[in-house]
Amino acid sequence: MIAIRLATLIGAVLFALPLRAEISVQEVTSPGGITAWLVEDHEIPFTALEIAFQGGTGLDLPGERGAVNLMAATLEEGSGDMDAQAFAEARDGLAAGISFGANQDAVSISARFLTENRDRAVELLRQAITSPRFDQSAVDRVRGQVLSNLASDATDPSAIAGDTLNALAFGKHPYGSDDSGTPESVAALTRDDLIEAKARTMARDRLHVAAVGDITPDELGKLLDRLFGDLPDTGAPLPGRATWQAPGGVKVVDFASPQSIVVFGQSGIRRDDPDFFAAYLMNEILGGSRFSARLMTEVREKRGLTYGIGTYLLPMAYGESLIGQMATANANVGPSIDLIRAEWSRMAKDGVSAEELAATKTYLTGSYPLRFDGNSQIAEILVGMQMDGLSPDYIKTRNAKIEAVTQDDIKRVAARLLTPDGLQFVVVGRPDGLK
Amino acid sequence: MQRFRALVAAIGLCRVCNPALAEKVTDFTLPNGLQVVVIEDHRAPVVTQMVWYKVGAADEAPGHSGIAHFLEHLMFKGTDDVPSGQFSAIVEAQGGSDNAFTSWDYTAYFQRVAADRLDMMMKLESDRMRDLRLTEDDVTTERQVILEERNQRTDSDPSALFGEQTRAAQFLNHPYGIPIIGWRHEMEQLSREDALDFYQTYYAPNNAILVVAGDVQPDAVKQLAETHYGPLKPTGNLPVRERPQEPPQRAERRLAMADPQIAQPYVSRSYLAPARKSGDQKQAAALAVLAELLGGSGTTSVLAKALAFDNPKAVYVSAIYEGEALDSTLFGLAIAPVPGVSLDEAEAAMDGVIAQFLADGVDPAALERIKTQIRAAQIYGMDNAEGLAQRYGEALAVGLTVEDVKAWPDVLQAVTADDVMAAANLVLNRDNAVTGHLEQAQEVMP
Repeated sequence: MIAIRLATLIGAVLFALPLRAEISVQEVTSPGGITAWLVEDHEIPFTALEIAFQGGTGLDLPGERGAVNLMAATLEEGSGDMDAQAFAEARDGLAAGISFGANQDAVSISARFLTENRDRAVELLRQAITSPRFDQSAVDRVRGQVLSNLASDATDPSAIAGDTLNALAFGKHPYGSDDSGTPESVAALTRDDLIEAKARTMARDRLHVAAVGDITPDELGKLLDRLFGDLPDTGAPLPGRATWQAPGGVKVVDFASPQSIVVFGQSGIRRDDPDFFAAYLMNEILGGSRFSARLMTEVREKRGLTYGIGTYLLPMAYGESLIGQMATANANVGPSIDLIRAEWSRMAKDGVSAEELAATKTYLTGSYPLRFDGNSQIAEILVGMQMDGLSPDYIKTRNAKIEAVTQDDIKRVAARLLTPDGLQFVVVGRPDGLK
Repeated sequence: MQRFRALVAAIGLCRVCNPALAEKVTDFTLPNGLQVVVIEDHRAPVVTQMVWYKVGAADEAPGHSGIAHFLEHLMFKGTDDVPSGQFSAIVEAQGGSDNAFTSWDYTAYFQRVAADRLDMMMKLESDRMRDLRLTEDDVTTERQVILEERNQRTDSDPSALFGEQTRAAQFLNHPYGIPIIGWRHEMEQLSREDALDFYQTYYAPNNAILVVAGDVQPDAVKQLAETHYGPLKPTGNLPVRERPQEPPQRAERRLAMADPQIAQPYVSRSYLAPARKSGDQKQAAALAVLAELLGGSGTTSVLAKALAFDNPKAVYVSAIYEGEALDSTLFGLAIAPVPGVSLDEAEAAMDGVIAQFLADGVDPAALERIKTQIRAAQIYGMDNAEGLAQRYGEALAVGLTVEDVKAWPDVLQAVTADDVMAAANLVLNRDNAVTGHLEQAQEVMP
């Protein structure tokens, strides 16, 4: 989950994911004192495990941008007495899934394993977490992959747009730069840097765990101690706050293409703000991905100016934004920006109609149990809730919070939040009439 | 492992498409010809309805490329009962989500809603099977949308443009060589009449498959289907699905393109390959296993082991097989070289590994690991009713049967090393192949 990268924008927003109505979350504490959330479901003989270490790539040391990302990507490249190929063969031979990732707020691990060989799969994961080898050959190989992606990003208009907006918005804070690093910083990373990055980020004092599937609380407790018992107690201090600082207006990045990428944004709202749900409904009506959202209606359905347009509230752990994106032919950029600004102003001034609010509430509360998509998805949602500081009973109270939002609430939060003049646009392309 | 976006976007469809094991599947056909498949998953009160039409971009008339996909967009306009633009709003008002997609062989529409809303979803979906209404305004605006879609997905992406060119070179005669979204100059000419002609010809219960997956009982689904879809009249003059077939391909085609946007160059290679055939899936299963062996893993596959480790030549390798197709399909390889290795060298290295593989044969341990993963995929697959719906719908839309889908895991398990080598020797033939080199243009970025 990188701050404002386009690839991230296209995906779902974490806090929006609802759960099946009857889901029952148990809070499990291991004999060694490690806590996790569990949804027991013994119907299918496997377990999904989701793990997050809060902090993530925000903990890169100065001059070592990309260290946490490279570290996480190299965890699966050999551990203990296994090199990268031996590790992959062992994992595949057990048909286990183990993947590591890093984003601006967390180092994350997604795993799934069959009940029939759970112990061996967990042992493999334990080794990767506690004794990765970081062989020089593996580090260099993965480094080559990262550098290849960075080179591609440098000529990719969507990546350029996201990076440009990030930098304008958050400057020197980690949210202001690509957490894969720069070609220079990545080239300079050493094996020792990765070892340090691991020690800074993967510690028990910032650990969130959820398990869903064919496992009992007792079994999970033992698993937790086995997996995490050897990790350090504490890691590096967590990142500081990021403040939105983009000046507003339109910044054009020249790029030869028939179509321009347009990203736009302004400061957002904290997840724990009392008006968060009002803002959430407001954004859904303004720029949700549904065809009936205002921007989709005005820009696509009525005028055919784009294939898709959407806006997103991103309440990250250390800074908040409200951002949007679209792509349109170079000739249509000016009119599209005018439409977006007009909708921003209309919402800020008038709020939403009773009909829009009612329809959006029905949609959001009705879809609440629907995105429950399986064990791995639920585990991911539960860890996201832990990262957001929510309690398991949020699942039961979330719809009531949506229902409680009034037109006045939205008008108030829209007036407070939306700054049509402060809205920052970044256009990557050759838009007609814009420089 | 880091993913390689350019290549994944350019080439990736399905690898070994995961089979299903213990899923509860019921199927029947209504008197008007509508095939119905019900997949039960009672873990959550959710249902997915999908309607698959057995028509896609490869069924378009010459000169009208993109009409299948354009019609897919226009199906969200209105009917005699639903005002223009209201379809999705009605679904959303139920808390549901909906969308659609088009391929060469099929066009599919789906909604995901609370299980007790299935009745209403069937009413909506059956209504637009025969009663679509289109205004000139709908068509004019939506044509702009699909042109923007082409801008966004293809014309702004040199890797996508190159994929379009290599695919066109692969098929000498079959319409699989025409892009699903259409050639721009033909898309610009697509009319309301074109869309309605296509609709009236192909959208009928006897050319469709209804898949319902989730917290439902087959008997109840049957009753609802009879109520909503049962009264629809089948079409009497459904065209026979016979596309122009490929002649023998006797000469490799080689394409090269350069673009300033390509920072990671690569070589793509596609071979003409047989698709899964109803009642006879053995060869396709062998090809699916072959793709896994050659390039399924970025660490342990034949290509990765040989090219990405120890004095590596490649930063990325892959092998894919697109088995779900009505007619002859593609088997693909790709290699992205490390800096300092030219595309010619990378291609030679890849071909060297393939030649060595053809000489050495299959590593039994690797074959065993793949079969273990296929078995596990049946367990993991049960966690995803939507995925199962997708699998059944796609298979039936390309002429396979429910029995074929159910048998597929066993057919995969039965694949032997000899089967794999026989399939490899048949398909990995350069006369059938298109080789593409995509690299960065020499001029500096503007």
